[in-house]
Amino acid sequence: MKRGPDYVTHAVLILGVLLFALPVWLVLAGATQDSDAISRGELSLLPDPSGLGIYARVLFAGAQGAQPVWHMLLVSTGMALAIAVGKIVISVLSAYAVVFFRFPFRQLAFWAIFITLMLPVEVRIIPTYAVMAGFGLINSFTGLWLPLIASATATLLFRQVFTAIPDELVEAARMDGAGPLRFLRDIALPVSSANVAALFVILFVYGWNQYLWPLLVATDPRLDTIVIGIVKLIGVENQTDWGAVMATATLALLPPVFVVLLMQRWFVAGLTEGEK
Amino acid sequence: MATLELQGLRKSFGETEVLRRIDLSLADGEMLVIVGASGCGKSTLLRLVAGLETPTEGRILLDGTDVAARDPADRDIAMVFQNYALYPHMTVFDNMAYGLRIRGLSRDAIKQRVDEAAGLLGLGELLQRKPRQLSGGQRQRVAMGRAIVREPKLFLFDEPLSNLDAKLRVQMRAEIRRLQRRLGVTSLYVTHDQVEAMTLGDRLLVLHNGHPAQLATPIEVFEHPADTYVAGFIGAPAMNFLDATLTESGQAARLAAGPVLRFADGPRPGPEGHRLTIGIRPEHLALAGEGLPLAVELVEPLGSESLIHGRLPNGVDLVVKHAGHAPNEERLHVALRPEHMHVFDHETGRRLPPKGAETGPPRLVAAGSDR
Repeated sequence: MKRGPDYVTHAVLILGVLLFALPVWLVLAGATQDSDAISRGELSLLPDPSGLGIYARVLFAGAQGAQPVWHMLLVSTGMALAIAVGKIVISVLSAYAVVFFRFPFRQLAFWAIFITLMLPVEVRIIPTYAVMAGFGLINSFTGLWLPLIASATATLLFRQVFTAIPDELVEAARMDGAGPLRFLRDIALPVSSANVAALFVILFVYGWNQYLWPLLVATDPRLDTIVIGIVKLIGVENQTDWGAVMATATLALLPPVFVVLLMQRWFVAGLTEGEK
Repeated sequence: MATLELQGLRKSFGETEVLRRIDLSLADGEMLVIVGASGCGKSTLLRLVAGLETPTEGRILLDGTDVAARDPADRDIAMVFQNYALYPHMTVFDNMAYGLRIRGLSRDAIKQRVDEAAGLLGLGELLQRKPRQLSGGQRQRVAMGRAIVREPKLFLFDEPLSNLDAKLRVQMRAEIRRLQRRLGVTSLYVTHDQVEAMTLGDRLLVLHNGHPAQLATPIEVFEHPADTYVAGFIGAPAMNFLDATLTESGQAARLAAGPVLRFADGPRPGPEGHRLTIGIRPEHLALAGEGLPLAVELVEPLGSESLIHGRLPNGVDLVVKHAGHAPNEERLHVALRPEHMHVFDHETGRRLPPKGAETGPPRLVAAGSDR
């Protein structure tokens, strides 16, 4: 490899960065501009400083016909957190059972979990709705996240992680007198903390981006998630307030970005601290 | 401090019988080394005692109480694993303290025990490190420390030195022995390394395909191997075996290679012409002016001595350990010293003692070391 700056590589990389960053910049800048101008297609690349008030307006008061953004962010964050944590708890427990315990129909249980991977959410959405209706969970916050917390993918992932824990470690813990739950808490989970962190990020974003299920299960505007909110804003006949849409979209980006940044530090540390 | 007794211990995995009837008793403070080739069942035996496997049959008495049905944690046994099995996310201190915390010891008591063990093992400086920041020898010490702080009735060692380099292995071997003597804890030590077996144990159990081939002191095993398997397994380079038949009414053996050798320690029972296997260690063969003619195939100079690999006229391989440099000749003569000959029955492979000194099968329930 030759030394010195490689101009071609840098040019390509910068082009790539611009390609990704430009739409985000357009949204940021567009939010501050006059909605009618945007509707006419006169979107300027420069933000209008006098329009910055739009952010405060959507955040606290809400755009016309929509909840204030802070409330929708709260609902979305709650839902995404519940989904991510719920999925991790359930999949850790089921993977733990499948890997470390010998019980009848263990393989069957594992394959049953595995098979659900082949059914996308959309296929089972009507039966799921019926079940939730049976529990009386339509139009409730619990109804937003509860059906989404079973995860075959995460179970599979944790199964791999737990299988990789050396037998001798399990046996050493047994000799030390650690029972099953204690082993899970003191050894299995800390040893796989990097995976938990990585999975948490992925699942949080997955939960954040849910659209179809919240749309079906919650019609109460107080349960509008931010994703639903954005769609509702666009839907108002031909008078879409593009400034508000863009400001809301920008604000909707912040929590997932925050989670990624926060957890990134954590799971990179986990990766480097883990045993070779 | 405890005695250990195994009575009729058997283990099979499905159809495969891994251990067939092990009877064994260890005196208080004794160190018994279990040695054998891989797959002989030695690790299984250790895991049965640890409680990590359940015996198919038999009893495990620790201080006279049958613990075979108990959980590993309730047996008061500590184990040192081959790969150390340290908890990677815990500090050295926590690794050692973990078992004590589960047992509900007070913070002060834990600290005192861990500090004591750390002092004993020279780990004082390393207590706040994580296992990955330690060298192999240090990890090994932590694994020992984890066993020591428990103050168990019994130590189990599962090939604890096999992941160390040669120099460290010698050092840790001596350290383990010193520590075990000092603490006086009854110990079972599994290894495939015969040097470890010879140097560490008060007594040696040689396992062969799940059978106890011999149980005796290391010197006894070396000087009076119970059968051809033990004879070939203990000692390096391995013992030479020569086919022979009984002759001169039991007074001598006629080697298939030719010469007749009189037994130095008395006649063997059996009919004239009974087939024997004569064992002789390479270091007990001497180059001489006359004797068995040997066609030299390979000489390995080891500095202070040489290993001469050759072939007898009847095609049997023979290894001679010769002090100093080997003469640069293609044909040599080798003398067998009858006082160093081991006589085995060709059919059964068992040692054939001189008449009047029959000891029968090897003693399996021997008294402990006489300390």
